[in-house]
Amino acid sequence: MMGFQVVVLWSDILIWLLVAAGVGVGVLIAKTPPLLAAWRRVGANRVGMASATVLLAFILIGLLDSLHYRAQLESKPGQKAVYAIEVLSVLDALAAPLRSRNEKTYSAPFATRLYAKETIDLPGQGTVRDYPRLKHGGKHLGEREDEVAEDAAFTAFKAGVLAFIGWLGVFAAVATVNRKKSPKLKLREAAFAWDAVLLTLLLILVFAVPLFWLSGYYHVFGTDKVGQDVLYQILKSVRTGLIIGLVTTLVMLPMAVLLGIVAGYFRGWVDDLIQYIYTVLNSIPGVLLIAAAVLMMQVVIDTNPQWFSTAAERADLRLLALCFILGITSWTGLCRLLRGETLKLRELEYIQAAQAFGVSSWRIIVRHILPNLMHIVIIALVMDFSGLVLAEAVLSYVGIGVDPTMTSFGTMINNARMELGREPVVWWSLVAAFSAMFILVLAANLFADAVRDAFDPRAVA
Amino acid sequence: MLKVENLRLGFTAGKKTLAAVDGISFSIEKGETFALLGESGCGKSATAQGIMRLLPAAGRILEGRVSLEGEPLLSLSEADMRAYRGGRMAMIFQEPATSLNPVLTVGRQIGEVLERHLDLRGAAATERMVDLLRQVGIADPERRLTEYPFQLSGGMKQRVMIAIALAGEPELLIADEPTTALDVTVQAQILDLLAKIQVDRGMGMLLITHDLGVVARMAHRIGVMYAGELVEVASREEFFTQPRHPYTQALFEALPEISRRGLKLTTIPGQVPSLAAMPAGCRFADRCSHVMPVCREVSPPWREVANGHTVRCHWQGEAAEESATRHAVTELDIDPGKSFLQVADLKVHFPIRKGFLQRTVGHVRAVDGVSLAISAGRTLALVGESGCGKTTVGKALLQLIKPTAGSVKLGGSELVGLKGRRLRDARRHMQMIFQDPFASLNPRLRVGEIIAEGMGALGVETDSAARAAAVAALLQQVGLASEAIDRYPHEFSGGQRQRIAIARALAVQPELLICDEPTSALDVSVQAQILNLLKKLQAELGVAYLFITHNFAVVEYLAHDVAVMYLGRIVEQGRAEEVLRSPRHPYTQALLSAVPAPHLDSHTELIRLPGETPSPAKPPSGCHFHPRCPQAMDVCRLNYPAVTGVSATHTVNCHLVG
Repeated sequence: MMGFQVVVLWSDILIWLLVAAGVGVGVLIAKTPPLLAAWRRVGANRVGMASATVLLAFILIGLLDSLHYRAQLESKPGQKAVYAIEVLSVLDALAAPLRSRNEKTYSAPFATRLYAKETIDLPGQGTVRDYPRLKHGGKHLGEREDEVAEDAAFTAFKAGVLAFIGWLGVFAAVATVNRKKSPKLKLREAAFAWDAVLLTLLLILVFAVPLFWLSGYYHVFGTDKVGQDVLYQILKSVRTGLIIGLVTTLVMLPMAVLLGIVAGYFRGWVDDLIQYIYTVLNSIPGVLLIAAAVLMMQVVIDTNPQWFSTAAERADLRLLALCFILGITSWTGLCRLLRGETLKLRELEYIQAAQAFGVSSWRIIVRHILPNLMHIVIIALVMDFSGLVLAEAVLSYVGIGVDPTMTSFGTMINNARMELGREPVVWWSLVAAFSAMFILVLAANLFADAVRDAFDPRAVA
Repeated sequence: MLKVENLRLGFTAGKKTLAAVDGISFSIEKGETFALLGESGCGKSATAQGIMRLLPAAGRILEGRVSLEGEPLLSLSEADMRAYRGGRMAMIFQEPATSLNPVLTVGRQIGEVLERHLDLRGAAATERMVDLLRQVGIADPERRLTEYPFQLSGGMKQRVMIAIALAGEPELLIADEPTTALDVTVQAQILDLLAKIQVDRGMGMLLITHDLGVVARMAHRIGVMYAGELVEVASREEFFTQPRHPYTQALFEALPEISRRGLKLTTIPGQVPSLAAMPAGCRFADRCSHVMPVCREVSPPWREVANGHTVRCHWQGEAAEESATRHAVTELDIDPGKSFLQVADLKVHFPIRKGFLQRTVGHVRAVDGVSLAISAGRTLALVGESGCGKTTVGKALLQLIKPTAGSVKLGGSELVGLKGRRLRDARRHMQMIFQDPFASLNPRLRVGEIIAEGMGALGVETDSAARAAAVAALLQQVGLASEAIDRYPHEFSGGQRQRIAIARALAVQPELLICDEPTSALDVSVQAQILNLLKKLQAELGVAYLFITHNFAVVEYLAHDVAVMYLGRIVEQGRAEEVLRSPRHPYTQALLSAVPAPHLDSHTELIRLPGETPSPAKPPSGCHFHPRCPQAMDVCRLNYPAVTGVSATHTVNCHLVG
C-alpha cells in the first residue's frame, strides 16, 4: 500500500466551505416551512430538476477534483518518506489511464494514428513519411486498424446496455421508495419531478458510461498539441470553471448588492460617493486593471517561492487572486442595476407604510427591498457565471489568466483557437470545450430560471 | 351606423382561450352616444379594442360581426383596416400622459393622421392643425404645434389627443375612459368639449366608463356590462329612472351620497366570477339578491321591458324599494371641541436644485401654511385636485416627509423635529392607508407578516403567540377569513387587499388613520364595502380619519368636517354640511358644480373654471386662485386673503367674504 500525504489548497477550503454552507442552508430551509414550500416548487419543476441533475454531475466532478494528495515515492525502508512533487486529486486517481496515456501530439477522436506525417525509420525499408501509429489509441486492435468503427460501436453498445441496466436498478429503487411513501401515487404525478431526474440520469448514463468505457481504448475527444487526452482536460477544466464562476460571484455579490441598495435607498451623499466609485472603476479599461493586478500578484508570487511547496499551490493562489480581481472589477454593472431598481422600490407605498411604522432602515432593506430584488440578482448571477468563464478565456489569451500549468476551458479554447488556422483543421479541442461549457452554462441558466419562478409568489397561481 | 353583432373576444392563456367578451350586440346611430358601463375587468375596453381590431397579442376575435355603415370590419385585410382606424373611426385613450409620443411635437403627431387619411401636407396641413387645435379649445395653437407633450398639462394633452382623433374626420369616436385620469374641473371641460364636438359633427360616440356621473352627463343610450356580457340596454331616461337589472340597481345603491349619510351602503356580495370559471346560467346569479333556481341553470334571454329598454334577467319584479337590509350605522357624536391633532401653519417646501453645484434656485411650495385640527372619532376630509398638496400634508403629519416649518401637535406634544425612539412612540398614534392596494403590500411577504410588521417595529406585542392571535382578530375585524394569514397579497382582489392594508394600520391601535384616497382605485361596489368598513371601525374603535380625496360623493357620505385645498393652502374649511351646502369660496363652488352627478336632473348651474391648477413652484401673486376665478377683483391680484369666519366652525380665505 502506497502512502500519501493530504494536500489542502486554498481553493479546496473555499469549495468545501461552500458545500458546508450549502448543507447548512439546506437544513435551515428544511426548518422554515415557507422556504421549504418554495424549494418544493423547484423540485416539482421538470426542467429545473433536469438541469439540477446535470449541474450535480458537474459539481461531483469538481468536488472529486478538490481532494488533493501527494503520492509517496518508493524509498528504502527506514528512510524518511518522500512524496512526489506532483499534487494529484481523487479525480486524477480515478482517471489515471486518461492522465498517463499521452501521445506525441495531435490526434483526432477515435484515431489510431497521429494527425501529422512524420519521418519514420522502418527497419529494412529505410525512412518513409507517414502518419505514425498512436502509442495508446486503438492499441488493442493491432493490425486491424480499419475496424475502428465496428469495434467502437460494439463497445459502446455493450456499455450502453450495461448503463441501461444500471439505470433500471436506480429506477426500481426510486419507484419502491415512492411506492412505500404513497402507494397510489404514480411516478409522473409525484410532487418531486422524479421522471425528469430519472430521464436526465438515463441520458447522462447512456452517454457517459460508453464514453468512459471507450476512453480506455481510444482518445474519444482526441489529443491536444502535447498529446494529452482532451477528455481528461475537460474533466479538469470543470473545477476551474466552477471556482471562477462561484468564488468570483461570492466576492462580487455582497459588494454589488450592499452598495447598490444603500446608494438607491439612502440617496444623498452616500449615493454620490458610491456612484463616483463605480464610475471611476468603470472608466478604467477592465482588462488593463486586471492585467496590472495579476502582474503585481505574479511578481509577489515569483519573489516569494518559499511560500509554496508545490507548483499546484502556486497555480492555486494565482487562480484565487484572479477570482478576487475579477470580482472587484465586475460588480459595477449589477450595482448600477440594483441602485436603479431600489430607487423605484423605495417610492412604493409598502416601503412608506413600513417607514410609517418606524421600521428601521436596515430592516426595510432586508425585509422589503432585498427580496424584491432577488430576481435581478439571480438573473445577473447566472449571466455573470457564463460571462466570467468567458472572461477567463480572454485573460488567458493575454497571458494573465490562470497559471499555464492549470487546465481551464479558457486555456483549452485559447490553445484550440491557434489551431483553427491550420489545414487540415484541428477542431476537436474547441468543440469539446465548447460543448462542455455550453452544457454547464445552459444547465445553470435553466436551473436559475426554475428557482426564480418558484420564489416569485406572483407566478404561483 | 356601427353595428356589433354577437361579438365574442377571447384571450389565449396557454392552450385555453378564455372568452373576455361573450356575445354582445349593440348598435350606434349617427350623432348618438352609446355608453358602455361596467366595473373593471368586465370586458368593456376589450370590446373597444375588438371593434378597432387593436387587441393585444394574446387576444382573439372568436366570432361575431362588426360593421360600420354596412361594411363588415372583421373580414377586412390589415392594410384596408388602416384606412378605417383614425380615418372613419378614431379612439381616445384613458391616460393622456402615455398616449402621446414624448419625443415628437404635437404638430408631427397630428400631421401624421392628416397625411395618412386626408393626404394633407405642408402649409395646408398646418392650417388644418391650427384649426383643429382651436376646435378643441387650445389657446395659441400656432405655438403649441411646435411643442412637445411634456410642455403641456394633463388636460391639454387630452385635448391634443382629441384633436388627433378628430383629424381624420371620423364618423365614430371611441372614448375609453377619457376623463378618468383628470381632475373634476378639467373633466368637466373635456366632457363639455366632447359633447360639443359630437353635436357639431354629428359623430357617433362609444363612451366607455365606469362612472355613473359621466354617463348621466354624456350618454343617450347605455349598455351595462357584467362579466363579458351586456345585461341591460336602455335610454338615458329609462336607465336613471327605472333600472331593471339587479346588477344595475345594486350599482346605483352602492353609490355614496349625502342622502345615505349614517346608513350602511348596499354592497354586492362576492366577486365577479373569473373568466376560467364562468357559471352556466346567469353570470350574476351568485351575487344577486333576487336569485331564483332558474337563474343558475338557464342564461336569461333578452327581454324588452319598455320601448328600447331591454334586459337580460329572469326576475320580473320592479326596482327595489329602499330595502330594509340597509340599516343605520351608529355614529359617534363626539364634541368637536377636543381636537387631539393640531396642525398649525405646516409648510413643506421642496428645493429645486440646478447646475453643477446643485444650488437651490427656488422652492416647490407643495404645502404652504396649512392649519388643521382633528378631534377624536371624527372624520376630516381634505379635498382638492391633484397636485394641490393634500397627500404631502398626510405624509408630513406622519413625519414621512420632513416639514419645512410649522407644528404638528399630537395630544399636546410636538411631533416636528422628533427623532428616533420618541418619534417611533408618536407614530403609534397615527397610521396611513394608501391609495393603491396593489402597491402598498409587499408581494413577497405573507399577509400575517405584513400585518404583524407594525406590531414588531413599534413593540406592541412582543410575544409571538399573542401577536398571532392579534393578527387573527384584526383579520376578522376587517372581514377577512383567518386562513388569509398564510397567503400572499396577490391572491386577493383589490378590495380585499385594501382590507389587509387597513388591518395593518389598525394593528398598532392608532387614534388617527390618514386615508389617502383609499377607494379611488376600486370599483363602486367594492368602494361601498370599504366605506362601510371604515364607518364600522370608527363606530367600534373611535378612530379619527383624515380622509384625503378628490371624490365629493365620498366626502358627502363620510365626512364630518371638510377642508378644501388649492395650491398648497386651505381655502375653505368647516363642518361638512356648511361647506357642501353653502360653499363660500368660488373654488369650492366650482368644484362642487363640476362633479358629474349620477342623476338625470343634475344640471343646476354649472360653474366652468378656465385653465388648470398652476405650478406650485410659481404660484400666482395675491390669491392663488385669481387667474381662474370668475369673480376675481383687483384686490385678489395683490394680497392673499386672510381667514374669514363665516360661522363658528366655517372659515374661508376669500376677499368676497366679509
